[in-house]
Amino acid sequence: MKTIYFDNNATTPIAPEVLDEMLPYLRELYGNPSSMHTFGGQLHRKIEEARSRVAGLLGAEPEEIIFTSCGTESDNTALMSAVESVPHKKHIITSRVEHPAVLNFCKYLARKGYRVTYLPVSKQGQLNGDELVKVLDEDTAVVSLMYANNESGVVFPVAELGEMLKERGILFHTDAVQAVGKIPIDLKKLPVDMLSLSGHKLHAPKGVGALYVRKGARFHPYIIGGHQEHGRRAGTENVASIIALGKACELAGDKLSKEVIYLKGLRDKLENALLKSCPDARINGDVNSRLPNTTNISFEYVEGEAILLRLNEFGICASSGSACTSGSLEPSHVLRAMGVPATLIHGSIRFSLSRYNTEAEVDKVIEIMPPVIKELRQLSPFGRERIKK
Amino acid sequence: MWEYTDKVKEHFLHPKNIGEIENPDAVGEVGSIVCGDALKLYLKVDEETGKIIDAKFQTFGCASAIASSSALTELIKGKTFDEALKVTNQDIAEFLGGLPKEKMHCSVMGREALEAAIANYRGQPPEVKEEGRLVCKCFDVTEEKIRKVAIENHLTTVDEITDYTKAGGGCGECKVEIEAILRDIWSLKKPEKPVVSKKLTNLQKIALMQEIIETEIRPGLQADGGDIELIDIDGNRVVVALRGMCSGCLMADVTIKGIQDKLREMTGEEITVEAQ
Repeated sequence: MKTIYFDNNATTPIAPEVLDEMLPYLRELYGNPSSMHTFGGQLHRKIEEARSRVAGLLGAEPEEIIFTSCGTESDNTALMSAVESVPHKKHIITSRVEHPAVLNFCKYLARKGYRVTYLPVSKQGQLNGDELVKVLDEDTAVVSLMYANNESGVVFPVAELGEMLKERGILFHTDAVQAVGKIPIDLKKLPVDMLSLSGHKLHAPKGVGALYVRKGARFHPYIIGGHQEHGRRAGTENVASIIALGKACELAGDKLSKEVIYLKGLRDKLENALLKSCPDARINGDVNSRLPNTTNISFEYVEGEAILLRLNEFGICASSGSACTSGSLEPSHVLRAMGVPATLIHGSIRFSLSRYNTEAEVDKVIEIMPPVIKELRQLSPFGRERIKK
Repeated sequence: MWEYTDKVKEHFLHPKNIGEIENPDAVGEVGSIVCGDALKLYLKVDEETGKIIDAKFQTFGCASAIASSSALTELIKGKTFDEALKVTNQDIAEFLGGLPKEKMHCSVMGREALEAAIANYRGQPPEVKEEGRLVCKCFDVTEEKIRKVAIENHLTTVDEITDYTKAGGGCGECKVEIEAILRDIWSLKKPEKPVVSKKLTNLQKIALMQEIIETEIRPGLQADGGDIELIDIDGNRVVVALRGMCSGCLMADVTIKGIQDKLREMTGEEITVEAQ
């Protein structure tokens, strides 16, 4: 059975070009870039090339890019660096819909005595800049708001938020793990001080990420040790994966403008067809400001895990905000913050596409999904009552 | 991803006995759509033999909830009520070749639906479980249910209670209460809480405070890299010194206040704590 992979916000396949680029550095070119001999030392140039490629995708300067091990490390580093840069300030602002990498780090800082404000979002999952201004004060050390949400795909007005903070001289970090490579980002124009990204969300392997730190912004390393990354992130470089991330960013940059249109086309086709063929379904998220590859749809009266495992039988991969799939008993914090009723959260399904998905795959899901929903509704006491009505 | 057995998958993908029975003799309904799973069980009973001749179900929930419901109906068909009531949630789980521990509450839901249906048949009020005191407000779990499930399944930890009943799996506020219930059930001794006495001699007071600081306060501070030393006790005025990470910590005031609250709570006296 052929896998139909519609879960690209969770992780993406490594691009073949990226794999080709990195493999020699896992095989014969295994040196340490810090070595004095050419065999190792030459890798240093490859890392700098990767740095330029990452910077190129973002409109940043190479020296503004620090390689890390993942998006979470980038987020944690950014927040830690921010609070250490302004030790007298004890207030942090974030939103209720952040990724756990930010949310739980803020909770950790709260236990250490910081005051944390979690900004609410609208029913569409959108953040209102006025809400941010209301809670800013003299004591605010850093504001960390995501660029795009992993579950709803909602894109925050980062430029507008950044302007507000720049005016007031407050550090601004954005978790752009879901945005980089999916929508254009130009840090020459975008007023953010720090930005996190993750390799495996844009067709590089897992285990590599990057943190952008604006030139001139104060920075405190999180991982302490050797001199790597100019002392900003210790630890022997993950050479092959860093090279892969560079290649993935270059590819993303080359393909971005076409891909946005392609993915939006596929996504809209899928979304419209499912809304039409499945009654009592609705979209979660701000359709006017959304990643082109993501759709989050709630199917009332059925539970997400059951839907996913039925889809699994057809090789279709998606994800859900239902409690049963979260590993805890709590349903998605993102959809809850958006005020989506519990009944709809349990039946929420996220499809997230990538450049490797095809229209044929979309057609297949459009064909399979309605009977799956219908059958599970037949099974459900609530679904039946609804059908009777 | 959950590790479901082939039997769970089979009963999820091809559940047995789905749907409703027209003019059922008994109906049992448990759970709610808000909580994430709900089961409605219909029974047809042979009046003469008292045997369950047909059982059908409708379930809103995850794969293991659907499989547990299917298993339940298979297990009880052909049985009298007394025989059926011998089917425990463990039997449901075993029928399915086991359930992931976090999913045991699905088997408990099956058992509850059976009890509700039988109560319905016998004309008992359907909401028996509402009688007990509500412990978990996130998932509507009563003390009675926690006790029952804990005893039936020999559960001794809060995590197990969460796996089997969901209680404590939401905001987590009730975990302390669940722990107290478990302690009570298994009569585990609660860590000795010093008895509040109205008239403590100064020596007793010093000994008591020293003990509270050693057992209740110090471990927490040490876990955060700090430490505390008892310097002096003058009537109800207690002087302590914060050491390690605590000294110079910006949160020291909060820590001192916390120590004061703890000492007040445990001695029942109007203690004031000061840092040296």
